[in-house]
Formats: sequence, structure tokens, C-alpha cells
Amino acid sequence: MRGWVPAGLRTGVRTTRYPDAEETAPGVSPGLPRGGRAADGAGGALADRCPTGAIVTEDHGIAVDYRRCVHCFRCARGVPAPPDWQPGYEWAASVRGDAAQPLGPAFARSLRILVVDAGDCGACLREVKQLSGPYYNMHRLGFFVTPTPRSADILVVVGPVTAHMRSPLVQAYEAMPAPKRVVAVGACALSGGVFGPSFASAGGVAGVIPVDVMVPGNPPPPLAILHGLLVVTGRRPSAALRSPAAAPPPAPRAEGAP
Amino acid sequence: MVCAVSEQDGLRDLGAACRERWPQRVHAAYEAARRTWRLECRADALVDLASWLVAERGVSFAGLVVEEAPAEWVLRYLFYGDRDTGWVEIVARCRKPARAMPSISARVHAADWHEREAEDLFGLVFEGHPRLGDFVLHNDVWPEDVGVMRADYDPAVRRPRPEPDPAWQPVRLVEAPGAFWMPVGPIYSGVTESALFLLETVGEDVIRAFPRLFYKYRGIEKIAERRSVDQVLLLAERCAATSAFAHSLAFCQAVEAIAGVEVPARARALRIVLAELERLRHHVGAIEEICESTALAVAASQASILEEDLLRLSGSLTGHRYLFGLNVPGGLTHDLAQGAVRAAADGAAAVVPALRRLREMLGVSSSFVDRLEGIGTISRADALAHGLVGPVARASGVRRDLRVAQPYSGYESLDVLVPAEEDGDGYARLRVLFAEAEESARILAQQAAALPAGPVRAPAFPVAAGAALGWAEAPRGAAFHWVRIGADGLVARYRLVTPSFTNWHGFHLAAENFAFQDFPIILASFGLSAGEGDR
Repeated sequence: MRGWVPAGLRTGVRTTRYPDAEETAPGVSPGLPRGGRAADGAGGALADRCPTGAIVTEDHGIAVDYRRCVHCFRCARGVPAPPDWQPGYEWAASVRGDAAQPLGPAFARSLRILVVDAGDCGACLREVKQLSGPYYNMHRLGFFVTPTPRSADILVVVGPVTAHMRSPLVQAYEAMPAPKRVVAVGACALSGGVFGPSFASAGGVAGVIPVDVMVPGNPPPPLAILHGLLVVTGRRPSAALRSPAAAPPPAPRAEGAP
Repeated sequence: MVCAVSEQDGLRDLGAACRERWPQRVHAAYEAARRTWRLECRADALVDLASWLVAERGVSFAGLVVEEAPAEWVLRYLFYGDRDTGWVEIVARCRKPARAMPSISARVHAADWHEREAEDLFGLVFEGHPRLGDFVLHNDVWPEDVGVMRADYDPAVRRPRPEPDPAWQPVRLVEAPGAFWMPVGPIYSGVTESALFLLETVGEDVIRAFPRLFYKYRGIEKIAERRSVDQVLLLAERCAATSAFAHSLAFCQAVEAIAGVEVPARARALRIVLAELERLRHHVGAIEEICESTALAVAASQASILEEDLLRLSGSLTGHRYLFGLNVPGGLTHDLAQGAVRAAADGAAAVVPALRRLREMLGVSSSFVDRLEGIGTISRADALAHGLVGPVARASGVRRDLRVAQPYSGYESLDVLVPAEEDGDGYARLRVLFAEAEESARILAQQAAALPAGPVRAPAFPVAAGAALGWAEAPRGAAFHWVRIGADGLVARYRLVTPSFTNWHGFHLAAENFAFQDFPIILASFGLSAGEGDR
């Protein structure tokens, strides 16, 4: 057993500097398509290729609904005019506006998270799990996973909410003390993703319990989920869930495209 | 090692043997292109035929595919043999309105859950099966006999949620003072998939553990129906995203077999590269879970670092950390640059010494090894009877691997080392994971060094009507995707047999007579996915 401590020390610090600085390592995010102008007909062609209806034509261009994007890359590959690609990861958006104030300063350094799997495919959960690993280490920011709703401040939900998980999810939410916040993680939790609303699933968390913050992605990379936790506590600004055709593009944060 | 595969080989006499044993009751035909014997079988010969195939002819049960035709039910029992024996398919029919078929699970135990599932989802009855009802569809959510997979099921019809039965109580199996059921789940302990485990216990010692699964049932087989191949590909990829590439590969191979499309050599080689990268990453994640279950934090962190390294490597190589959006029927969506593939192979190779160090340190950490040795043991006989697959089977001495038994996508010409252990306990499963991870990195490097040039996608081809089976050795074991495409070009039936579904069936074998605190370790050493099993 003696060897473990030196082995751990020898490994050094691997933890990302986000949110104090941008994470620029390659492969931390799949990116998302960005809305923008498109040549005549090109926008329609992109919208036709999008299997989940995330891309729609608008004002001589395309708009992208990030709740629906499932990273299939069908708009990006094998087309003459692919949309711009935003390589970042700060995608989480607050969706309750003024109705939910950020949790107060009492929560700033110790926040308990209950993670509920409402039918995910395994990827979102794996990425949530990475937050507790050395690379992302959310503990340094005061976030901890708890196994019980009674001591949870934040409910993180992944998956489209299957018929079987609806009741356990509602019970877990109701068992949490107020104030509480819900973070829906991943395209399935936001819109049902490729599973959609169906006979077996609800097509997203918002139809079952109130959602405060949505984190797009299929799965969202760990940094996006971390951003979601920072947004729900008011420590980072919220992003937008929709990339319109006509908005001025934000400055690119990192190099690289798919 | 390349074996010369002559026509039918080990099952050469199957047709004659069937004619002799079951005259007029079994009609055998051999389809050379798919190396498949198709045995049309009357219901009264089904049980004997199936058990004879498994017991005497050495084939393994792969899955049951139920199809609904207007006038009859068609049941297809799929079996796979070795490299030189190919496949066997028993086709039995049940004329409507009858819906009863004999159960084969008493003699072919691997079919047990397939029959229960078909009973629950289609409303078929398997006569002689001891335990039907309340399986995939939980009785507290779905009305009895709702039959969601039947053609006449209408999801728009609102059905009242069943009222809980006030007289219900768990079946009491252990009669002992202080014996009780301890439910664990469906939401439990940190970041875990949803599943319920009923632990039958007298305090510290657990007599048995019964998993109650399908909390994550998304109805993938049902919602795939009447969708286009492109749409179903997304479902195949996302049925279990930690093995997304293997599943999308199996699905694409089924579609390619239906259309008779030849996949270009470069695409076949790149598919092996990506499949092995995925296996490596998955196994490192599974090792991380095992370390974490024993509360060995440094080891878990070390494995977690390696997993994230491989996720980033996958992300920079392909654009997606879980290898989404790469497989398409006919090849890959886009080519990968030679330099990038070589860099990825180097990155994967760099993981190997770190994994070896981790394995060595774990091997001398007695507090760790003590908690895995002799825990969750599965005998070889049990593994065979339940038809277990993947690392779980190989740790029990069943050296079964589709990359070798039924090679695809170019594995024919590779010499894949399939590690196996005899002990069948948690530690054996861990050793298999380490050995396989290393072998994956080796295959990856070998393939990356000798990639053929050329296109990565076959010329566009029309979607053809027909049915075929696609298969792949996913990280957790054998995955079978059976696809029927209708005359309208849409998917008419999609049957998805996943390694987690197969192995959950055997989980209870490992979860008997153990101490309560061993439960997370047994669970982690199985490395199963609830999402992959529930579908």
C-alpha cells in the first residue's frame, strides 16, 4: 500500500484551470454548429440533413436549437457549405429567468449534488463522473456528489425520462429541501434527443419537473457540465440555447474544428 | 492464423441429420453467402431441435427475434458456431390467433430472458416457462398485457396507471429469523445507472441479490420501426454510448449485408482501429470503476486520468469523444489523416506502460486483492449454460470472442489474442480487462502502421429490402443487431441483443452468499451497463 501516495504525487497536477482560465487541450469538446448566413438553398439543405430538427432556416440563414443537437456531424461532413463550428464548451443556459435567483452565498463553497439517471445511454453519466476525476475535480469548486436527496441542493438529471424513471425522479425532486435547483444535462434530458417523446419516454426533464439550467450536448463534455453547475450558482454567465442566423458571432475561444 | 473455410464444414451434415431425426418436421436449407443454416421447424420439434443443436452440435444461442406478420408470428432463434461452422437459424411459426409456443429455456437456458421479454412485449406465451410477466414493462407502470411491440399497439390510447395491489408483498424465499429484503435503487450511491437490486439478507450476509432492471427502457426496438436507416443508425449508436462504435458497426454491417455492399479496405481497417480504441477506453473505465468500488482512491484517479486521456485522444482524432457520427452503411463518414491515426496509436500505446504499472501496484496491494479474490465467482459450466459473453465469460474460462469466432471487418486476417482466466471471480475479471486493454492497444498500433490506401466509403447504394444479422464484439461482449428493411426502404423490425442484456441474466450467479459490503465490488467487476441492457 505504501506505493500509492508517491505514485499519486509523481503524477502531478492534471486539473484544468477552468473557470479561471480557458481550457485549450485538444479533444475536450466536440463543439456545436453555429447559426449564420447561408447561400440560397444551402440553409434548407442543412436543415434537411439534420435528423433532430436542430437546424432550421431563418432570415437567409440557419438557426440552431442546441437543445436538439446530437453531434451527428451530418451538417458538417459531406456538405459543400457546412455551418461555422464553435469549438467551445460554455453552453449551459439558465432557463427560468428571474423566477430562480442563483443560490445564495451560503452555498458558494459547499454544494451537494444528487445525480439521477433517467434513462441515459451511459455517456452523459460517464462525463458527469469525470467531474470527480483529477482532470476536472469539481471538489475544488465546492461541488460534491451526494447519494441522498435529503442533503442535495442541486439535482442533475441525465436521460429523456423513461416511463419507469418518471416516478422515482419526481420523488427524488420532492424529497430535496428548498432552495433547490435542477440542471438537465444532455440533449436527451433537454429534448428527448434521438429518443424523442415516445411511448416509453417523456422527451425531456422539463415536462416532468421544473428545470433551472440546461446543458446541451450529446453528451455534453465535462467542462460544459461544470459550466452548468457554475451557472446555476451564479458564478458564470449563462449561454444561449439558440444560435440565431443573424446574431454577430461571438469571438472564437479556441482553435480547431471537427 | 487464417483457416481455410470450406462450405459448411463442422455443420456439413446438419441438413441430413435433421431430416433423419425429425422427418417432415424440420426443413433445412443452407445459405452459403451468409454461412447460415436455416431450419424451418414445426413447433412440436422446436425444443428438441434447439437443445440438440446446443448440446450436440456445439453452437451458442445468440438471440430470439420475434416478427409479427399479418397472419402469424415468426420466431427466429439465432445460434452462432465457431469460425468453421457459421450460423444456424431456427424459424418457427405460430398462426394467429394462437400465441403460445413451447419454451426452450428449460433446455437452452440462455434463451430464458429472451422468452420473458417476448412474452412481456409481444404477449406471446411460452408454455412451460416458470416465470413470465412483469419483466421489461414494470407492472406498477404499465397495465398487464399492453404488448407495446405488437403492430396494433397504439401509444396514443391513454391507459390508466395500474393501481398498486395492497396485498402485494415480496416473495419470501429465505425463511430465517430476521430475514428481510433490502432494496437498493433505482437511484442509489453517487453517479450510477438506474437499476434496482433486491438484496435478500439476514443482516450482514446477503443470501441472494435479484436485479430488477429496465428502468431505462427507452423502447429502442419499437421506435426504430418505420424509421429510415439513417435515423435508426443514430439509435444504434446511442443505445449504449460507451460502446457506440461497436453497436453502430454491427448495425451498419447488417445493412451492408442486406444490400450486398462491399466495404472498402481502408474503411474496414479504420473500423478496427476505432473499435479497438473504444475497447481500450471502455476497459480503462471499467478498471476505474473496480478501483473505486474498493475505495482505492489513488488507483481510481490514475485510471480516471487514463480514461480522460483516451477520451481526449478520441475527440481530437474523430471530433467526438465517444466516436459518434463515424460509421455509416458502406464505410465511414470521412477519412482520418494518416498522421492523426498514427498519433492516436502512439497515444494509446503510451497508456499501456501506465496500465502495467497500475496492474502491478494493484497486484501487490493485498487489501485490494483480498476484496476481489473469491468474490462473485461464476463457474465455467454456469457461464456456458447462461451463454455469457465478453470479459465476464472469458474470466470464467469461456474463450468466446466474435472477433475470432465469427470474424468481421478484417479481423479474419488478424491474430487476435483472446485472454482467458479460469477462476471466474472478480479478480479474474479484472485481469482479463487489463490483458484485453493491452491487446487492443497492440492491434490498434498494428493496424495504424499498415493502413491500406483508398476510399473510406462505398459508392452510394440504394437501400434494399431484406433482413440480415450484423454482429460485433463490443467491449462488454457479443452484440447482435438483426435488421429487416421493408419494401418502402424503412426499418420494419430492429432486434437489438446487447452483451449487457446477456450478462445481466447471469448476474445473480455471482451475487449469492456474500457480505453486504462486497456488493458494489461484485457489481463493478461485472462492468455491465443498465442502459445497454434495458435498451
